[in-house]
Order: sequence, then C-alpha cells, then structure tokens
Amino acid sequence: MKRNRILAGAAAAAATALVLAGCSGGGSDSGDGGDTADGELTPVTLQLQWLTQAQFGGYYLAEANGYWEELGLDVEIIPGAVDIVPQDVLAAGDVDFAIAWVPKALASIEAGANITNIAQVFERSGTLQVAWADSGIEGPEDLSDKQIGSWGFGNEWELFAGLTEVDASGYTIVQQNFDMNALLNKEIDAAQAMTYNEYAQLLEAVNPETGELYQPEDFSVIDWNEVGTAMLQDAIWANSDRLADDPEYAETAVKLIQGAILGWIDQRDDPQAAADAVTAAGSTLGTSHQLWMANEINKLIWPSSSGIGHINEDQWDATVEMALMTKNQDGAQVITTDPPEGSYTNEYVDEAIANLEADGVDVLGESYEPIEVTLTEGGN
Amino acid sequence: MVGVLALAVLWELYKLVGPADGWLVGAQEGVTGSGIRLLPRTSDQAMPHTWDMVARVIEPVTRAQGALPLGVVVLLAALTSLGVAALGWLVGVVVGFALALLMLGFRIAERAVLPFVILSQTVPLIALAPLIRNWGSRLEFGAFSWESWMSVVIIASYLAFFPVAVGALRGLQSPDAAHLDLMRSYAAGWWTTLFRLRLPASVPFLIPALRLAAANAVVGTVVAEISVGFTGGIGRLILETAVAASSDPAKPWAPILGAVLLGLVAAGFVALLAAFLSPFRRQETVA
Repeated sequence: MKRNRILAGAAAAAATALVLAGCSGGGSDSGDGGDTADGELTPVTLQLQWLTQAQFGGYYLAEANGYWEELGLDVEIIPGAVDIVPQDVLAAGDVDFAIAWVPKALASIEAGANITNIAQVFERSGTLQVAWADSGIEGPEDLSDKQIGSWGFGNEWELFAGLTEVDASGYTIVQQNFDMNALLNKEIDAAQAMTYNEYAQLLEAVNPETGELYQPEDFSVIDWNEVGTAMLQDAIWANSDRLADDPEYAETAVKLIQGAILGWIDQRDDPQAAADAVTAAGSTLGTSHQLWMANEINKLIWPSSSGIGHINEDQWDATVEMALMTKNQDGAQVITTDPPEGSYTNEYVDEAIANLEADGVDVLGESYEPIEVTLTEGGN
Repeated sequence: MVGVLALAVLWELYKLVGPADGWLVGAQEGVTGSGIRLLPRTSDQAMPHTWDMVARVIEPVTRAQGALPLGVVVLLAALTSLGVAALGWLVGVVVGFALALLMLGFRIAERAVLPFVILSQTVPLIALAPLIRNWGSRLEFGAFSWESWMSVVIIASYLAFFPVAVGALRGLQSPDAAHLDLMRSYAAGWWTTLFRLRLPASVPFLIPALRLAAANAVVGTVVAEISVGFTGGIGRLILETAVAASSDPAKPWAPILGAVLLGLVAAGFVALLAAFLSPFRRQETVA
C-alpha cells in the first residue's frame, strides 16, 4: 500500500503542476474583490458570448492597447462556452458585465434577470440565411416547404420573424451544426450563417466540381437587414441594481464603454491588428478567416448613425416588437409582455461618447470603407 | 500501434469502397433531406484521407507568424487536459473509496448511500455542468476564488468516483466467511481485518474500477471543458476547430485524435498502477 500512496502523491503533485502550468496563461484573478486602494486598477470581468475571435476584437484591442488600463480598469475578458449564457452569468452576479444579443437578453429579463443594455455595439445584424444560387430561394417567401437549417437556442428569432412576415408554411426546421456541411451536402435547402463566420466557411471550402474555392455567385443570400426583420445583436449589458445603487460601478460602466469604443475604432482603422490581437489571445481560427471576421464585424458597426454604442430607440422598439410577435417552430416566443423600464439606457454610453468627442475621437466613422479580404482554403 | 494502423487501413478501405455520397434509403427525388442514411459519406470532406490528417498535424495551426504546428498545439492541450483529468480521477478515487469504506462499516450507510450513488450517475452531464459552474463561482473565501478548471475537476471526479465506490465495496466485501472467521478467531479488530484481509482482497476488483474511473475522468474532462468554458484543454480545441469541418476537414480530426491519445495515456497510467499492485493480486489468486 505504501508504494501506492507514494505514487498517488507523485501523481497529485504532477497533476497540480500541470494544472497550474495550464492556467498560468489565462489571467486568472476574477474581479469581484473590492480591495482596491487609490491608484490601483479596478478589477472588472467581461463575459463574452463565444470563443475568442474577431467578433470581440474591439475588447481584445482595448486590452492589448492599454485603453482600459489608462482609465483605471483591469478588465479580464472571459470567453464563452457551450453552456455559458452571458446574460444569466451576469444576472447571477458572477461577472461585472456581459456581451449578449438583445432578443436573448430580453428573454432572460422576462425570466427575472435584472440587467440593462448600456451600449449597443453592433448596429446591424450579421445573420444570413444562405441557399444555393440555383435553388430559386431569393427571399423568406421562397422558404415555404423547404428544409431550413437553424442553430436554435435564441439564434433563430430573425428567421422566424422573416417567415412570419411572409406567412411561409410547410417548412421544416433542421438543427444545424457548427459547420456548413449540411448545406454543402444539400441535406438542407438554406443554412443559417453569420456574415463574419459561417458564410466565410462556405467561401473557404473547395468546390469539388471546379477544384477551386466556392464563390459568392454560387450562393444566394437572405439578409435580414434587407428583409426588415433584423434584431439588435452584440450589446454590453450591466447589472441594473448595481447601476442604481453603486456609483463606483456606474462610473466603471462608462470607463468600460469608453475603452471598448477606442478598441473598436482601432479595429475599424486596422482590421489586421484586431485579427492579430485575437490570435495572440489564443484563437486558433485561420488567419484569413480571422481578418474576414474583423472586416465583417466592422461593417456591422460602421458607419455608426448616432455614435458607436448609442442605442437607437427605433431599432430597440423594432426588436422588442418582433420579440413580442414572433413564434418559433415550438410555438414559443421571446417575450410575452413589454420589457420593464430600464432595460436599456443611453446614460453611460452617451457620457463615454461625450468624453471621447471632447478628445476629438471619431465615434461615427462616416468615411468608413471596408477592406477587401481574400479568403484562402480552410481560412488559413 | 498495430491497432492504430489497422484502424487507418479500415478507414481508407471503407473510403475506397463506400459510395462518396453514402447510402440513402427512401429518398424522394427533389425533396431535400428526405430518406434515411444507412452508410456515411466517404467524401474527402466527411472522411479526410489519413495521410491528409497526418500532413495537417505537421502544418502550422494558422498562417500567423510563429504559429506552432497543429500537432504541438494538440499535444499541449492534451497535456493540460491530462493534468485536469488526473486531478479529477484522484479526487474521484479518494471520494469513491471513502464512500466504499463508509458503506462497508455501516450496513445502514450501504442501504442509504448506494441508491444515491447509482442515482447520481443518471443525472445528465449537460444538466450538471452549468450547475457546478454556478455553485462554484459563488464560493469565495479569502484569497481563494473559484476557477473554471476546478469545475472541470469536479465534473471529472463526479464521473470517476462511481466505479470506484461500487468496485471497492464489492472488493472489500469479497473475502469468504471462512477468512473473516479466521480473523475473528485471532481477535483482530475491524481496522486490522480491513488492512490485513479486506484491502488486499479488494485489489482484483479495484483495478478494473480504477481503469473505468480513468476513462470516465477523461470523458468528463473533455465534455466539461466544452461546457463550462475552461480554455487551453483538448475539449476546447475540439470545439474551436469544429468550425473548420467544411473548409479544412483534416483540422478538426487532430484534436479528436488527441483526445483518443489522452485516453490511451490515462489507461496506460492505470496499467502501471496495476503493475505496482500486482503482489496483492497474486496473493488473492493463491488464496
């Protein structure tokens, strides 16, 4: 038995060492502690919706370029995972701020989450429904009696709003994977895709008929922004109670937004820098795919109609209205009653924008032009 | 090694013989998605050639400057997961053994605890993982704060303790009545009986339990990583590379093979442990 115990002890030591080695790169202090003396940085945690990628490039640039540090914040960016629902993690008090899509957050608010949208970073929706060019699917009205791919889990509402609007019927919703193989193999007629991710996956795949990469002409795309059923996506959410009761937290919210905006401006002016920053932060996505994503994300933000992050009332109302009206294939809907007062506020983002404009920062990006990204096979 | 080679040959053989588009039964002309697929596709996208996978492992993970070869990235991730899984295994073994001792010592504990031990394994992992993450993140005392790798360890140990608890109990109860009577005739106490008779006798039952626990710990680690957002491990890498399935089909296979390797290493580790315990095993067979 003795030998066994020694071996177990050695195994434990080795395991602990391995674990420590594995964690040391992650920046592991969570930022709930209130032990900040004057002059020290305020620890802040920011929960993302998904893995480290250029979709969140502005935040990684804000950190890499020290914008938050200059404002006195020590922000820890926490990547998402399959079972992490950012707005619920936020409502549970596990993080200080979270990134989430508005319809998903509205559902959580109705379920009791006390959270507030403090900055609508993406002004446009990045969701597409992609079909083959020769399928005859040009708009949502053509989706009747078709096999429609969707990820579900709150990602499907724009699709259903579109289907409801044109009274489509007889369609089947198929649970879609992370890849686009179902569409490429013609198992479904139309696949859900984000402009910045899955659509690029299609254009990085080799067309077995030509031996070349697929081209945009090979596909027809339904863009919910054009159909008019786009809903607001990535926004920064804060804890409503803490905003109301804790002046220090409210001040942190302004600084967080301010630093993030500077990061997003850097991504606008140099998408390659954003792609590099997220790759440095541990993303294993291919280089051309990452640059494509950075560029497509820019298109969702810039040019900004009323300053990046400012929540446009008409867009908010449209999202809420669709959330109230739309039913998915199970008859569920996002929300049943209007969201409570204080589900969004421009108080903090406007202060951040005013601070930046006073420094001569361009928060509108009126002259923004996207770059041309050439995708390579596999996005590598 | 021979097994791996055989698997590769089998893979290529099916790829050669099987229809590129698989075999579909009951498909209706012009209706997308109809029919039932009985044989999987063999296209390069669905089943990349084994040599393409090997070539991909040597290539850098991305074209970014200083990017490591995919294989190295996979190995590093597997090593991280191995550490977490080993810790989960250890916790699971300790907890499982403690439970077995408790159940051995108190008949009433066996009646009370065993059903719950069995019940615990019917809770689906995907329901459990977010709960553990949430509870864990509430814990905070002093300088200690909950890290996501701890959630992964807990989930891995949750799967690992079960076979140990059941196997160890069975093993500890395995001595014949005659042996127990002999110990009693020596006026040996409960603890003496435990160390002299029951523990050695439990070894043959314990070793397969430990092996099962190791496999469970690895599975638990990989699934938990995907679920709770622990970065740097092999499960996370599987999730990250899944998006390349359409455009770089060989890439997602690398971390999957890495996970298999992880399982093999874990199994090897237990085999090593079994070798250390073999003297007790012989004693059992002699008796």
